[in-house]
Amino acid sequence: MRKLARMRLLGMIRKESLQILRDPSSISIAFVLPMVLLFLFGYGVSLDARLIPVGIVIEQPDTTTQSLAGAFERSEFFQPSYFDNIQTAQQMLNERHIDGILWMRNNFSSNLLAGGEAPIGLIINGVDSNQANITQGYIQGTWLAWLSRYAESRGQPLPIPVSLEQRVWFNAALSSRLFLVPGLIAIIMTMIGSLLTALVVAREWERGTMEALMVTPLRIGEMLAGKLIPYFVLGMAGMLFSVAMAVWQFDVPLRGSFWLLVVSSALFMLVALAIGLLISIISKNQFVAGQLAIIVTFLPAFILSGFLFDINSMPEWVQLITHLVPARYFVAILQTLFLAGDVWPVVLSNMGALLIMLLFFFALVWRKSHKHLE
Amino acid sequence: MSGATIRLSGVSKHFYSAGRKIEALDDVGFTIQPGRVAGLIGPDGAGKTTLMRLIAGLLLPDEGQIRVLGIDALAQPLEVQSRVGYMPQRFGLYEDLSVQENLDLYADLQGVSVAERPARFQELMQMTGLGSFTHRLTGQLSGGMKQKLGLACTLVSSPRLMLLDEPTVGVDPLSRRELWQIVYRQVQEAGMTVLLSTAYLDEAERCDEVILMHQGRVLGQGEPADFSHSVAGRIFQVSSTGLSHRHLQEQLSRAPGVLDALIEGEAVRLVMEKSSAKPKPDTLLPGQEGIHITAAKPRFEDAFIARLKTNRPMDKTALSLQRTATTGAGEEVIRVENLQRRFGDFIAVKGISFSVRRGEIFGLLGANGAGKSTTFRMLCGLLPASSGELAVAGHDLRQAAASARGRIGYMAQKFSLYTNLSVMQNLHFFSSAYGLRGREQKARLEWALTTFELEPFRNANAGDLPLGYKQRLSFAAALMHEPEILFLDEPTSGVDPLARREFWTRTNALAEAGVTVLVTTHFMEEANYCDRLVIMAEGEVLTEGTPLAMKANAHTMENPDPTMEDAFIQLIEQRQRRQGEPT
Repeated sequence: MRKLARMRLLGMIRKESLQILRDPSSISIAFVLPMVLLFLFGYGVSLDARLIPVGIVIEQPDTTTQSLAGAFERSEFFQPSYFDNIQTAQQMLNERHIDGILWMRNNFSSNLLAGGEAPIGLIINGVDSNQANITQGYIQGTWLAWLSRYAESRGQPLPIPVSLEQRVWFNAALSSRLFLVPGLIAIIMTMIGSLLTALVVAREWERGTMEALMVTPLRIGEMLAGKLIPYFVLGMAGMLFSVAMAVWQFDVPLRGSFWLLVVSSALFMLVALAIGLLISIISKNQFVAGQLAIIVTFLPAFILSGFLFDINSMPEWVQLITHLVPARYFVAILQTLFLAGDVWPVVLSNMGALLIMLLFFFALVWRKSHKHLE
Repeated sequence: MSGATIRLSGVSKHFYSAGRKIEALDDVGFTIQPGRVAGLIGPDGAGKTTLMRLIAGLLLPDEGQIRVLGIDALAQPLEVQSRVGYMPQRFGLYEDLSVQENLDLYADLQGVSVAERPARFQELMQMTGLGSFTHRLTGQLSGGMKQKLGLACTLVSSPRLMLLDEPTVGVDPLSRRELWQIVYRQVQEAGMTVLLSTAYLDEAERCDEVILMHQGRVLGQGEPADFSHSVAGRIFQVSSTGLSHRHLQEQLSRAPGVLDALIEGEAVRLVMEKSSAKPKPDTLLPGQEGIHITAAKPRFEDAFIARLKTNRPMDKTALSLQRTATTGAGEEVIRVENLQRRFGDFIAVKGISFSVRRGEIFGLLGANGAGKSTTFRMLCGLLPASSGELAVAGHDLRQAAASARGRIGYMAQKFSLYTNLSVMQNLHFFSSAYGLRGREQKARLEWALTTFELEPFRNANAGDLPLGYKQRLSFAAALMHEPEILFLDEPTSGVDPLARREFWTRTNALAEAGVTVLVTTHFMEEANYCDRLVIMAEGEVLTEGTPLAMKANAHTMENPDPTMEDAFIQLIEQRQRRQGEPT
């Protein structure tokens, strides 16, 4: 009996592997799409503020205003352009040529020299609130730095009693690529595990081959394993490929243990596969399965996992929802292992959450799978 | 201890579809003895597939008992599934695997030991004639070859019971005949029992026994001959020298004592209400000269009709179109010359030529994949031709103005009306789309509802109609603007024989009124309703002519009264001999 079971299982695995290799949609979801995403996020998308176009309005040029403008000129964060009146600058802001305006009125230098209040105006395009915050922060930083140097050069005491000595840990260069690329691994594995699996199983229902499989001695467990194993291997291959790209192509450091990464990825892969199987059992139709997989797994993995947007800055009820997204736990593990190292409490608690999800979804798949058509 | 291979008692099964309860099977019971080839026969929606799935343990009945090979299929479905060979509709093959890979998979799943395989594979390949195609991808096989591969995959472990769900649908007649030969060989050599379902009534005569199903019930079980015997003495053939066969059929269908009148070549086949001596010409058609009546051999289909049909001749006046375009009868309205259509490397239509005259019913006959629908789409202007010439009423419809398109009516193969609109809303929409409005439109809507007897359903959603009524509605929608030329793509596919007859009666009436009708079908016997037809296979026209002439060509010493199917098979065999390769 054992021998027959092994023969059936191997037969299923062989069939599934041949189909993966021959089906262009499998190839594109498993290999081409990950490449596109990696290059897009590795090179194209950047959440960093670099070369922000700002307009500097200097109503009366002199050495002081020149010096302040020079501070912006030298900064790698800004790309200043100069105006002599506020109206032209506002016009440029309206047309979105610049993201902010720094306004030095004609009495700015004289007020400063007199030691009185010397206000400068700051106007920021707030359409993209995130970008606006970053721009405001950098302008203030630059302005404060200039002010302290200015005071120093004139032998005056620093007007601010507290000074900030900041260090950024784990991602010292504040490069978004370093946390986007590891997070992308979660997206790629979600695609292979849930989207691809849901599609191929639904296709079997659509083409009537599932019906033929059911009237054979094949057991449910063998059928599930026959589907899971090839796609598990494919997903892990996608993971290894992404890790290699991350480390060698995009210079993301892997500070944690490689084996811990493999184990946690395997755990996440199984969760994704279970969800994919569940979707295909519910829908039995490629179109619905594809839509469901995108809405239930792919989009949440993109938006709610902390891959792109910080979970802590989401409203509380959205934060609660993110706990239902398996990718959330995996993204946390990935970012920790890549950028911080083996931080056991973080890794273990997130793996625990994934394990609970795995058991839950497998129990559901097991209950829903039977050799009946209804 | 009963030795029956299949024993069903009191089996009922219902489904819910769009909130409505559908009785798929109602108190079904029968037994099938070992070593028999049993046919489950009935139109689409009769419950055949549900029954097959119940026997295979894929569904559980609401009530009743099912024992298969002595095993309780409800309690131990896996035991049943380990012992039967099951071929679902569309054969259950993986199209992206090769022939050999499909066989390997099913051998693995069925537990065929590696040592037995080479001999078994060779035997199956020889039997199915697929030996030289083992490395070809299944998706690139013809319909007939897929059907044989599907059969080989179910036979790989020599099961004791074979369940075949509509194995012959849409497959060319030669492949169908070969399938039957393989099935009988398995029964004789391996002692297998076979249950197969089919919607082709003419296949009933090939079974050892027949279970006739209609609307979820078993109407009867017995040998095919028993069914035919039940209508012995009620079947006659009538021919006339004075009347056209359509007029003859139309008048006979309303003659006293006639249950059914069916056009068969130039003659009309009658099923009488009661068994009687040969009716006299005068009692059937008083005052008509040149009527000739002969007794005919009863067929299975006659018995089916006799059981189901309640005599209800259609209202004649309602059938005629208002416009009678009899002017210029015999003039050529459709001309196709050297028409070709390629899809990439694949040539779907290989340079065909034919022409159709006004008021003709012209048929395109062939199996699935023969190129019928592609030809149709080119004629309707839905698909550009790769090369060749075509003209419909003097125009190429791809370039012609909308007014030219207004002269044709098109009924697509699949039900293509809006399922969530009511019957009335659908008709209203289609008549508006063809530019009808005001009083004229209202008159046409009333015409459609009465002619097609859709009045009781006027506010029902089109999707909820029974299959036969859906077909009527599609037909009505195609006729709203009184087209001169009517394109009907597989209009009778999946419709029961009674609805098919009604459909042909209406089509005949249209042709009488001068409408030119172009129709595709894969039912061989429907060729008899056409005035002229072409037989197509693999994108080529094998022959063109009248049904009578085609059958006369197939006339041999052994087969003095060939059917359309015999003629078709002969043509395909001739073609194969020319090409020197099997299909």
